[in-house]
Amino acid sequence: MKKFAGALLAAAALAFTSSAWAQSSYPERTVTVVVPFAAGGPTDTVTRLVAESMSKDLGQQIVVENVGGAGGTLGAGRVASADPDGYTLLLHHIGMATSATLYRKLAYDTLNAFDYVGLVTEVPMTIVARKDFEPTDLKGLVEYARANADKVTVANAGIGAASHLCGMLFMSAIQTPLVTVPYKGTGPAMTDLLGSQVDIMCDQTTNTTKQIKGGTIKAYAVTTPQRLDVFPDLPTTDEAGLPGMQVSIWHGLYAPKGTPPEVVEKLSQSLQKALADPNVVARFAELGTVPSPASDATPAALKAKLEGEITRWKPIIEAAGQYAD
Amino acid sequence: MDLFSNLALGFSTATSLANLGFCLIGVLLGTLIGVLPGIGATATIAMLLPITFQIGDATSSLIMLAGIYYGAQYGGSTTAILINMPGESSSAVTAIDGYQMARQGRAGAALAIAAIGSFFAGTVSTVLVAVFAPPLTAIALQFGAAEYFSLMVVGLVSSIALAHGSIVKALAMVVLGLLLGLVGTDIFSGTPRFTLGIREYADGLNFVAVAIGVFGIAEILRNLENEQTRTALIRHVSGLFPTRDDWKRMTAPILRGTALGSALGILPGGGAILASFASYTMEKRLSKRPQEFGRGAIEGVAGPESANNAGAQTSFIPMLTLGIPANPVMALMIGAMIIQGIVPGPEVASSNPELFWGIIASMWIGNLMLIVLNLPLIGLWVKLLTVPYYVLFPAIMAFCSIGVYSVSSNPYDLYAVALFGLLGYVLVKLRCEPAPLLLGFVLGPLLEENLRRAMRLSRGDPMTFLERPISAVLLLMALGVLVVVLLPAVRKKREEVFVEED
Repeated sequence: MKKFAGALLAAAALAFTSSAWAQSSYPERTVTVVVPFAAGGPTDTVTRLVAESMSKDLGQQIVVENVGGAGGTLGAGRVASADPDGYTLLLHHIGMATSATLYRKLAYDTLNAFDYVGLVTEVPMTIVARKDFEPTDLKGLVEYARANADKVTVANAGIGAASHLCGMLFMSAIQTPLVTVPYKGTGPAMTDLLGSQVDIMCDQTTNTTKQIKGGTIKAYAVTTPQRLDVFPDLPTTDEAGLPGMQVSIWHGLYAPKGTPPEVVEKLSQSLQKALADPNVVARFAELGTVPSPASDATPAALKAKLEGEITRWKPIIEAAGQYAD
Repeated sequence: MDLFSNLALGFSTATSLANLGFCLIGVLLGTLIGVLPGIGATATIAMLLPITFQIGDATSSLIMLAGIYYGAQYGGSTTAILINMPGESSSAVTAIDGYQMARQGRAGAALAIAAIGSFFAGTVSTVLVAVFAPPLTAIALQFGAAEYFSLMVVGLVSSIALAHGSIVKALAMVVLGLLLGLVGTDIFSGTPRFTLGIREYADGLNFVAVAIGVFGIAEILRNLENEQTRTALIRHVSGLFPTRDDWKRMTAPILRGTALGSALGILPGGGAILASFASYTMEKRLSKRPQEFGRGAIEGVAGPESANNAGAQTSFIPMLTLGIPANPVMALMIGAMIIQGIVPGPEVASSNPELFWGIIASMWIGNLMLIVLNLPLIGLWVKLLTVPYYVLFPAIMAFCSIGVYSVSSNPYDLYAVALFGLLGYVLVKLRCEPAPLLLGFVLGPLLEENLRRAMRLSRGDPMTFLERPISAVLLLMALGVLVVVLLPAVRKKREEVFVEED
C-alpha cells in the first residue's frame, strides 16, 4: 500500500514536472552527486538522505560518489571540470569557502567554476570538553584558557576540518593561542576527548550530540544565534559570553559552470521539496541540525553565502598562517 | 542474569527469518568480493549503502553490512593463499606462508586452516564482545598518543622476525616502507610531503594499491617469466584437508592468535593492524621449526588468520559502545545507522538493545555460516588454480584495477599499482621480501603521528613515554625483543638456520 502510494506520488510529481518543463526532459538518466569526503561521514550522510528524497522527486536514480582527498578539493575539482549537463553535481560544505584561502594553488577557480543550486543545511557547532575538565561554563573556560594558554589542548580533525575552523575562531575570539592537537579525522579526535587525553574541541552536532547526551563529554555552548531544540539548556555563545563567535557548517549543492538554467532551476526546486520531506527533517533532527528553509535552498542564497564566507574566513586563516599546500 | 536475557534477545532478533537471510546475503557477498582480488569491503559497503534505504530496518541492514565485512576478511585470505594477492594489511601476512603452502600443492589444507582458525577466533571474540564490551572500552580509552607510539615501536622492532632471509635486507625493507608512508599531507602543518606536486597523492599512497603491486603484480610478472614452472606446480594439488599432524601444529597458534587479535582489535587507533603481524612474529619466535616460516609453515597461516578475525570482531567494540569508528568500514556502518535514524553513541546498548545484541548474535551466526559455506567450497577454489594462467592473469589484472579504482575513484592509485608492481618484481629479483615493507608502510604514519601528538600533549617532554605506565611497559617489551634479536648467541644461531633460499 505504502509503495503504491509512493508510486502514485512519484507519477504525480513526474506529470507535474513534465508539464511545467515541457522543453526539458532532464533528468533522462542517473545523476551523480559527488561528495568530496569519505563515505560514512557527516557530509556523506546528509547527501545520501537528500539524494534519496530528490531521486524520488526527479524520477531518476541519484548515485552518491565519494571522491575524497585533499580537504575536499579533489572532489570539487572533479566536478568543476565535468560536463555541465546537470548529471554531475557536487555537495560540499563550508570547506568550499575556506579552501579558497587554505589552498594557494587550486585546480579550479572557486567563485567562477560552479553554478549554484542551493543551501542544504547549516549544522551547528558545539564547544565541548572532556567530562572531567575544570571549567563549568563558557566564561570559566575562557578565563581558564587565558590563564593556562600553554596547557589547554584543543583537538581538531585535521587542517580545514570543521573542528579546525571552529578552533581557530575560538582562539581568535578569546585572542589567546592554545595548544592545537590535530588528528586524522573526527573519530580519533573524539576518542581522545572521551579518554580525557585532550581538553577541548569544537565540533558539529552531527558528531557531538550523542556523546553530550550520553554524558561522556560536556558541552559549554552552541555557536548559533538561537538555542537548539535538542539541547534547550545549552546556552548560545552570545548568551554565554562570546558574542559574535558564530559558525555553522553549511552545506551547498553545486553544478559545473554552464549548466542550463532550467536544469539548475529544476534541481533547486527538487532540493527544496527534499528539504521539506518529513523523513529528511526527522533524520536531520536526530543529527541536531535542520534543513535550510526554501528561501535559502536557492542559487542566489548559496552564491551570497559562499562569497560572504570566503571574505569572512580569509583574514582568520591568514592570521593563523597555516596553509594546506 | 542480564547477559543471558540480552543474548536471548540478540539471538531471537538475529534468527528471525529475514535477518538470517540478510546475514547469509552479507557473508556470501563478502566472501565473493573478498575472493575477487583488489575489491575490498570498504568499496562494497559504500556501494551498498543506498540499498539500506530499501531494507528499511537498521538491524537487518547492519547485520548484512557486518556480514560483508567479516565475509570479506575471510575471502581475502583465499586470494592471499591462492594467488599471493592480499587485499588488506591483515591478509598480507597470510600470503607469506599460505602462498608457499599453495605452491607445494597444499592450498586446500591452508584454506581449511584459515577457515577453522577464523571460526574459532570469531566464536571466542564474539563472546568477548558480549561479556566485556563496556570494561574493555574503558581500557581502550587509556590508550593515548604515547601508548600508541610505544605499541607501534613494539610492532616495528618485532617486524624483523617477518623476514626469513637476511636481517639487513629486512631492515632495509622496513625503512623503505616507513619512507613510503611519509608520502602525503603532514597533518600537523598541512604541508604536502613527497607528493611530487600530484594533488591525488595528498592523502598518501593507497595501501591496497601498494599491497597489490608489491605482492600480486610482482608475482604475476615472476610467473610470466616461466610458464612451465607454473603449470608444473599445480599438477600435484593433494589433500584438501589438514592431516592429523597439521591439527597438532595449528591448535596452539590458533589459541594465541585469538588472544592477541582480540586484545589489539579493541584499540581504535590502529591496534587491529598489528594483530596478524604480531601473531606471525610470536609464532615464529615460539616455534621449534622457525626455519619453516616463509616456506609454508602451518603456524604462519593459523596464528595470523585467527588474530585477524578476532581483531575484526572486537573492532566492533568501540563502535558499539562509543559510536567511534575504528576503521573506514566501521565509519560506513555508522553512516548506515544514521541513515536508519539511529545515531551511534554511548547510549545505543540501552536505547536500541535489539540492534546492539542482534548484531553481536549475528556475528557468531555469520561465522558459522562462513565455515559451513566455505569448507565445501575449498575444492572449488583450489580448482581455480588449474585454470590456464593465460586466462587467469588478465582476469586478476582486471579485477585488481576495478578494485583499486573503486576505493576512492582515483586514477593515480592505478599508476601506483603499476609502479609498485615493477618495484615488487625488482625486490623479488633482489631477494628482498615485501612483508616488512608493508608493515613499515602501515606503521610509519601511525608511529610519526602519535610521536608528534604525544610530544605536543606533553609540551615537548619526552619523559611522557616513560612516565605513563602502559607506554613504559610497552617500551620495555620492545627493548626485550631487541635484546633477543641482537644477542650474539641468538644471532649466530639465526644465521646458521637462515641460509639463503635458492
